[in-house]
Amino acid sequence: MSLREALEAGRFAVTSEVGPPKGIDVSAMMASAELLRGRVDALNVTDNQAAVMRLSTIAACVHLKQAGFEPVLQVTGRDRNRLAIQSDLLGAASLGITTVLALTGDHVVVGDHREAKAVFDLESVQILKVIADLNAGHDMTGHDLIGTPEFYPGAVVTPGSVPLEPQIAKFEKKIAAGARYFQTQAVFDIEAFAHFMSGARESGAKVLAGVVVLRSARMAHFMNKNIPGIAVPDGIIATLERSENPQQTGIEIAARFIDECKEVCDGVHIMAVGAEHLVPQILDAAGLTEVIA
Amino acid sequence: MIVVRLKPLAEICPMVAHHHRVLVVGCNTCAAVSLAGGEKEVETLVAALSLASSAKHETAQFEGDVVQRQCEPEFLEDLDASGYDAILSMGCGAGVAFIAENCQLPVYPALDTMFIGVSKGFGSWQAECSACGSCVLGETAGICPITRCAKGIMNGPCGGVQDGVCELGDRDCAWVLIHDRLAAQGRDKACSIGDPKDNAAKTLCPEWDMNKGHGESR
Ligand code: SF4
Ligand code: SF4
Repeated sequence: MSLREALEAGRFAVTSEVGPPKGIDVSAMMASAELLRGRVDALNVTDNQAAVMRLSTIAACVHLKQAGFEPVLQVTGRDRNRLAIQSDLLGAASLGITTVLALTGDHVVVGDHREAKAVFDLESVQILKVIADLNAGHDMTGHDLIGTPEFYPGAVVTPGSVPLEPQIAKFEKKIAAGARYFQTQAVFDIEAFAHFMSGARESGAKVLAGVVVLRSARMAHFMNKNIPGIAVPDGIIATLERSENPQQTGIEIAARFIDECKEVCDGVHIMAVGAEHLVPQILDAAGLTEVIA
Repeated sequence: MIVVRLKPLAEICPMVAHHHRVLVVGCNTCAAVSLAGGEKEVETLVAALSLASSAKHETAQFEGDVVQRQCEPEFLEDLDASGYDAILSMGCGAGVAFIAENCQLPVYPALDTMFIGVSKGFGSWQAECSACGSCVLGETAGICPITRCAKGIMNGPCGGVQDGVCELGDRDCAWVLIHDRLAAQGRDKACSIGDPKDNAAKTLCPEWDMNKGHGESR
């Protein structure tokens, strides 16, 4: 069952992500994917994440697909103009990679090639529109395609963005532009998230809540300070501080949150950031014990 | 106005060090208002370069002159560069280029041209326009997304915004400003999707001749 089929059938879906290496040895990437085999519906493959140059996303997607995983091709507007974006999307579809996630992309100046020319010819919303065009059998200027792809386009949303209103306006634009599913930035406060979802539900788009496994209070403080739209509540930080085994506590917090999400949204997107080995335990503890084929 | 700023002396000196007699030319319009290329700044740079040159026992001589606008032919007629072997322009890039086009000498830039902007108070300026050739300010509440958004995107804010500050941390997020101003004016444009930018408008407009009109020069 593909991610699309799972979401459309109303089954609670699980996605996670892997990052292509800087270099051509994909064994570490494949090893972290292996830790998630049978436990996730699909794996996002990042696109020069954080503007750090890495192996091509499409190539990494092909490696994963050949190994039996469903890759989610992340497409950003940072490094490619509208010709390259369309051409790469067609290339991906020709290789059977059709689950895609449109992003604007981090600015080049935060990465490891800070003097590069930042492209941003299109951003997330426009990339979604381009995907809709391609799905309709023509490019963005209206020229017919030979062979029509069938992309399943998704996007991201940050329910904890401050201020929230422009974020919601953008969320609505993404839906209007054709996003069928969303993965959210990491959320921790289920009540606030449920409030966001009560509005989001009406749109009909599927939402996978972002889950980050906290491994220490320090990690929580770091994320609060440095990652836009993330707010780990004081209560969780205090629990981690008091804990004798913060990693275990972090696993329990993540598992409880995932369990609570079952009532609130359509799935979870787990950002393991190096803790892929903990994901199976977390899913077990959240009651998601079935093997995903 | 065009906002400019003086290059570091360490960058200017090597450009002109091998010349014998250099004319430093100020520009009394934007560069003067930018406090970077007016009469006073020309005087200061001439003094600094002369000092640097004699400290290194070099023989280069520097003298100053100021024209009203380096970007217009009639003002360049006033410029007398005879006896010099190089010009150091304290105008914007257009001024440097236009002097270079109109005299036979090597011309060097003493300034970096930063942006088209406005004065925010003494000695402080804000970028407002990147001369994109097809203005969208009507849809963005007068705040330029090409210029003031670090990514120049047409549908923001991006995921990097934090408490209204851009992910680069050096500016307010243009898209939060746009959203707020549109909302304050009761305009619902914030919810309509911005089209991809027409980049051809700029590419196809290296010159503009109003006698020929839009069709011809685009
Ligand atoms: S949209 Fe273009 S012309 Fe208008 S302010 Fe921005 S850069 Fe300048
Ligand atoms: S934070 Fe705002 S200004 Fe900065 S790049 Fe994103 S949308 Fe543009």
